[in-house]
Amino acid sequence: MSSVAHDASLFVPPAEVEEVELYHPKTFVGKYIWSQDAKIIAVQYAITAMGIGLVALVLSWLMRLQLGFPDRFSFIDPSNYLQFVTMHGMIMVIYLLTALFLGGFGNYLIPLMVGARDMVFPYVNMVSYWVYLFAVLLLTASFFVTGGPTGAGWTLYPPQAISQGTPGASAGIILMLVSLAFFIIGFTMGGLNYVVTVLQARTRGMTLMRLPLTVWGIFMATVLALLAFPALFVSAIMMILDLTLGTSFFMPAVVSMGKQTGHVGGNPLLFQHLFWFFGHPEVYIVALPAFGMVSDLLSVHARKNIFGYRMMVWAIVAIGALSFLVWAHHMYVSGMNPYFGFFFATTTLIIAVPTAIKVYNWVLTLWRGNIHLTVPMLFAIGFIFTFINGGLTGLFLGNATVSVPLSDTMFVVAHFHMVMAIAPILVVFGAIYHWYPKITGRMLNDTLGKFHFWVSFVGSYGIYYPMHYLGMMGVPRRYYAIGGTDFIPASAHFVNEWITIAALIVGAVQLVFLYNLIWSYFNGRPSGSNPWNATTLEWQTPDTPPKHGNFGATLPVVYRWAYDYSVPGAVDDFIPQNVPPREVAGRNSSKT
Amino acid sequence: MSIFHDLTVKPWVTTQGTVEDFHDRATARKLALRVFLAVVTVLFMLLVVAYGRRMAYEDWRPSPQLGLLWANTFALVLSSVALQWAQFSVRRGHMDGMRIALLAGGAFTVVFLVGQILAWRQLSALVYFDVTNPAIAFFYLITGLHGLHLLGGLVAWGRTFARVWGDFDVARIRHSVELCTLYWHYLLGIWLVLFGLLFSGNNLDILLKLCGIR
Repeated sequence: MSSVAHDASLFVPPAEVEEVELYHPKTFVGKYIWSQDAKIIAVQYAITAMGIGLVALVLSWLMRLQLGFPDRFSFIDPSNYLQFVTMHGMIMVIYLLTALFLGGFGNYLIPLMVGARDMVFPYVNMVSYWVYLFAVLLLTASFFVTGGPTGAGWTLYPPQAISQGTPGASAGIILMLVSLAFFIIGFTMGGLNYVVTVLQARTRGMTLMRLPLTVWGIFMATVLALLAFPALFVSAIMMILDLTLGTSFFMPAVVSMGKQTGHVGGNPLLFQHLFWFFGHPEVYIVALPAFGMVSDLLSVHARKNIFGYRMMVWAIVAIGALSFLVWAHHMYVSGMNPYFGFFFATTTLIIAVPTAIKVYNWVLTLWRGNIHLTVPMLFAIGFIFTFINGGLTGLFLGNATVSVPLSDTMFVVAHFHMVMAIAPILVVFGAIYHWYPKITGRMLNDTLGKFHFWVSFVGSYGIYYPMHYLGMMGVPRRYYAIGGTDFIPASAHFVNEWITIAALIVGAVQLVFLYNLIWSYFNGRPSGSNPWNATTLEWQTPDTPPKHGNFGATLPVVYRWAYDYSVPGAVDDFIPQNVPPREVAGRNSSKT
Repeated sequence: MSIFHDLTVKPWVTTQGTVEDFHDRATARKLALRVFLAVVTVLFMLLVVAYGRRMAYEDWRPSPQLGLLWANTFALVLSSVALQWAQFSVRRGHMDGMRIALLAGGAFTVVFLVGQILAWRQLSALVYFDVTNPAIAFFYLITGLHGLHLLGGLVAWGRTFARVWGDFDVARIRHSVELCTLYWHYLLGIWLVLFGLLFSGNNLDILLKLCGIR
């Protein structure tokens, strides 16, 4: 294939690109079950992720019931409390957020936004989903085996994770580790697709710097995941071997339940390094797609170009690179050399620079914009507030000297929930309200959406703001019961009750969101092809929802970036990416 | 056009953008392989770092050295050479030479894998064998993961080999042979590093000191 460059201001001949070999199924099973269409695979990912996410939501309710009303519920004992904590964390971080952002939004949006007919390797893409589903089923199976799921905490630190006495230390932990290994294999298949599709399947005119920031965020997060997940993969395999074959990668000589184990000479800290070499980039694997999507939501619903597009791209790349240099800030209390602590505190604080650039640019995008307080916009603005809150407490925990006394307290729980649970989830909701019309052809109910937003947003602050204070009082995390500890005042128990009630309400309102998804699918107002008057290519498809192949007979040609909103002199307040300059000039002259 | 230039254009200026044809499918496959090799590199790099870090401990007991590994390494080198020959042949239109070289490449790989299994058995039969010795556990883990990658490569090799008979699309076969060759060379390179590490005994003192580990 030749690579002929044309000046975008001139007439561009029709694209002479080789037709992608798409598999066109004829049966229902081929079309919707064993589907090779990225859009169907995206929906499969999303439904599976939200399904297992609901399980994690219920687990968080159970946890909170114990903390808010200790010993009131006979079905919660110390063992299954730890199991709730572990499974809630792992499911939410890996099986919900990672899968939803990359497998769900990545699959749906990348081909459409870059102007491709599908992912580059559709068959591998399909296998990726089924391997992911298998991983989810393995994880779910651990609830039903003897001893139940692992209760080692989501970090799965050895020696505790595989020592007798820890809940699920036999079958539960093995199922968790094998499930993680399969998740990573499945993700690698999908991730190769996302990266190659972005780099190789962009339509004519879609230069790197014309990509919407959503694609940049998902692309960079995928690169991070591809490079970070091997660390988790290796550590999962090594821990399985320690447990099943008696090797001593991580297991030192320990006395467990009064007996000397057969292990000798393993290094538990090695696991911590490997885990956090994956674990910290994981934060940005979740955050970068959210950064990208929220940029697009703000721009579309403020009818204004994103402020500092190039800075936004560079910041995404810089954050991605820096995220591999900060992992040991999760290990300040592991006894590391203080000079290492200094190094990792410094790199951690350096990440605040590109992150702050992004926050300023979001706010400056809103400045003097024509802000439409639609439901996606409400969630996007809610994200900015929440991310700033979570980011500022991150400055506390990034500093080694401040972090040490706050370690293992509720302050940490409050911080990371604000920054990598509530903030990204707000973007997930905003994105679903934004792209649901393209996926289904119908609008979500606005009133239910606003109700969903306000209860979720205010309720989340009801949960996590007081939790910071609990942490500063020294209330520890992961404790089944804190009992009559002297340094914790009685008022802390009242705060815990409040947090639990808020958590139950926030959880319950998600059922309203699910109801809205289903109700609107059948009864929602028809959306048309471009209800938000957006510029990006997914809104310019000939069919809504887009058919297999996305763009009909010919692929679109891109003439401009993704943010031509409220361009002075233009007839409309948006110019789609595939509108040639000559056509814009023609429209203007006919108007005058 | 350099990546630096790509990332510094001002996309809001319409005339700055150029409209280019996108790349073909063969390029996409090659890129996918390279990205995958990056993932493989991280995987083995982490294992090497973990191994080196464990070596630094005072109680480190090196794994017994197996002479068979030299023969296995030679077989893997031959498989890589054979695939290079296959690539050379297909580029010059020598299809018979390509078939023979491709077959030889696969056969030497099978020899390597069988040799690795024999090495596993040799090690487990030794009096020094102790599964709690990290050096021995790492030996099995590292050779096992490397062998699994080669097994995966053999699947791709098998698909290619099945297509080189009768009438076939020469461009497609050439592309497949090139991808196999790249993968084999890369896994050979990784093996040489791993082999050096596993065979070093306790002789990496200077390197560990240079890395600040010991």
